[in-house]
Amino acid sequence: MDYVKAFIVGGLICVIGQILLDNTKLTPAHILVSFLTAGVVLGGLGLYTPIVEFGGAGATVPISGFGYALSQGAIEGAGTKGLLGAFTGGIEAAGGGIAAVILFGYVVALVFNPKTKD
Amino acid sequence: MEKLNKKEYEKYVEGKIPKPTYVKNIIMAFLVGGFICTLGQFILNYLQSLGLNESSAASFTSIALVFLGSLLTGLGIYDKIGKIGGAGASVPITGFANSIVSPAMEFKREGFIFGVASKMFTIAGPVLVYGIGGSVIVGLLTLLFKGR
Amino acid sequence: MAVKRLGTQTVKFGNPPSIKGFYTIVGPKEGDGPLSKYFDLILADDLWGQESWEKAEIKMQEECIKAAINNGGLTVNDINYLIAGDLLNQIIATGYSARQISIPFFGLYGACSTMTESLSLGAMIVDGGFADNVICSASSHFSTAERQFRFPLEYGNQRKFSSQWTVTGSGATLLASGGNGPYIKYVTTGKIIDAGIKDVNNMGAAMAPAAVDTLLYHFRDIGCKPSDYDLIISGDLGHIGKEIVIDMMKREGYDLRSMYTDAGVEIFDKDTQDTHAGGSGCACSAAVFNGYVLKEIKKGKFNRVLIMSTGALHSTTSVQQGESIPCIAHAVTIDKKRE
Repeated sequence: MDYVKAFIVGGLICVIGQILLDNTKLTPAHILVSFLTAGVVLGGLGLYTPIVEFGGAGATVPISGFGYALSQGAIEGAGTKGLLGAFTGGIEAAGGGIAAVILFGYVVALVFNPKTKD
Repeated sequence: MEKLNKKEYEKYVEGKIPKPTYVKNIIMAFLVGGFICTLGQFILNYLQSLGLNESSAASFTSIALVFLGSLLTGLGIYDKIGKIGGAGASVPITGFANSIVSPAMEFKREGFIFGVASKMFTIAGPVLVYGIGGSVIVGLLTLLFKGR
Repeated sequence: MAVKRLGTQTVKFGNPPSIKGFYTIVGPKEGDGPLSKYFDLILADDLWGQESWEKAEIKMQEECIKAAINNGGLTVNDINYLIAGDLLNQIIATGYSARQISIPFFGLYGACSTMTESLSLGAMIVDGGFADNVICSASSHFSTAERQFRFPLEYGNQRKFSSQWTVTGSGATLLASGGNGPYIKYVTTGKIIDAGIKDVNNMGAAMAPAAVDTLLYHFRDIGCKPSDYDLIISGDLGHIGKEIVIDMMKREGYDLRSMYTDAGVEIFDKDTQDTHAGGSGCACSAAVFNGYVLKEIKKGKFNRVLIMSTGALHSTTSVQQGESIPCIAHAVTIDKKRE
C-alpha cells in the first residue's frame, strides 16, 4: 500500500515540475533549485511533514525531499545544539547524499566517457 | 522593412511554435517519477526490515538512488530516461545525481581539477547553496521563534 | 569613389569571381539524412579518431579546406587568403586548423552566418584585385556546440520542439579570379536585426527578421525579384523560421513559396531523425551550399541561386544577463553565367 502512495505522491510532484517545464521559460535546473528551496521552506514551516507521512518515499525521493531533510536537520540541530546546530544541522542530515554524489560523480566521470546524442 | 514591433512579433512567434505534447509529457513524468519514488520506497522498506532506524535507512536510500542515477548517467542511459520522462527524471534525487555526473564526465577532457572537479557543480552548485543556506536560515529562525 | 555599390547594402562585382573548387565533410547523422548523396565525406563517428570533439572539428575543417583546394586543381601555396570561422569561443576550430595550413588568414565570427560572410569577403577581395585564389570555409559540431552553449551530453533534459540540431560538418569553397563559373555576382551584406526574442530554444524565430531584412534590401538594391532565382536558400532558419520568412515576405509583397527553402529544413528528415525544428550551425549552410547547391548548379538543375546564411550573435553571458538575441543574414548571388 505504501508503494502505491509513494508512486502517486512522487508522480504528482514530478507532474508539477513537468507542467512548469512545458508552460514557462524555466529550465530543469530552475525546477531543481526551486523545488529544493520549496522543500526547505515548507519543511521549515512544518507543511511538508504531512506529505512525507502520507507519501513516504514519494515525498522524500524528489529533490524537495532533500530540501525537507535539510530543514528538519537544521531545526533539530538548533533544538539540541543551539546556534552551532542551526549551522551544522542541515548539512549533517543531508551529508550522506552530498558525500555520495561527490564521490560517485567523480568516480563515474573517471570510468565513463560521454557519448554523443543521436 | 518597417520597424518591427517587438511585442507583436513575440506574440506572432508564440503562435508558430509547435505546442509541447502536454498530456503525454504529464503522463510520462507521472509514470517515470512515480516509478523512481516507488523504487526508493522499496529500498527504504528493505533497509528498515534489516533493522536500520528510520533516519539511517533514509540516508542510505538517498545514497543508493544517487549511486543508481550516477551509474545510469555513466552508462549513457539516464539522458534517454530524461528525454522520455522529463521532470519525472529530473526532479527525483537520481536527476540531481545526473546533473552532477553529466558535467563531470563532459569536462574530463579539460582535466581533473578544472574539468571534472570544477564543472561537477555547474548545476548542483545552486542546489547546494540554496539548500544549505536555506537550512541555516531555517535553523536560525527556529532559534529565534522557539528558543533553545 | 565606391563604384561597385548598388543601393544601400549590395555590391555588384565587375569581375565576378569563379567558384573553382568545393568540398564537404559531415557527421554520421547528416550522412543519414536526405542530402547524404551530396556530401563528399561522411564520417563514421563524430570523434574521427581524435581525443576530443574540438579536435575532431579542427580536423574536419582542416581536411575540408585542403580537399577543396585540391578539388580546384591547386595547392596550398597557390592560395592567397583563408577566410573562415566557427561557433567555438575564440574560433579555435578554425584557428587550430589554420595552424596546419600556411595561408594568410582572416578569422571570422558570424555564428551560423559565417559561410556566406566568408564568401562575401572572399569575393570582394578577389574582385577587388587583391587576390587570385581565396579559400572560404566554416565548420560546426553538435557536441562542441552543446557543451559550450547548452548542456552536457549525458544531461537528461527534454529538447523543445522549436530547438534545432547543430550540424556536425565543414564546407569549403575555393574562389578564383579566372575560371568557368559558377560565379558570384552580387553580395548583400546584412545588418544586425534584433527582434527582441530571448528564447535560445527558438533561434529560427530570432533570425527570421534579419533574413527578411537582407532579402528586401537585396531585391530593392538590385531591382530584381524572387522569381529571377531558381532557388533561394537560407542557412538555418529551420521549419519555424522558414514559415515566418515566407509570411513576412508575403506581407511585403513577395511570394517566396515556389523557390524558397532553408538548409536546416533540407539537411535532416523531420520525421525520422528527431531533430525538431531542423539543422543549425555554421556547417548547416556550409555543407548544404557546398554540397547540394553547388553540385546541382553544376548538373544544370539551378542556374541562379541566392544563398543566405543566417546567424545569431548571442553568447551564454548575454543570455544570462537577460539580453535578447541579435541576428544577421548575408546573401550571395551565384550564377552559372558571368554576365
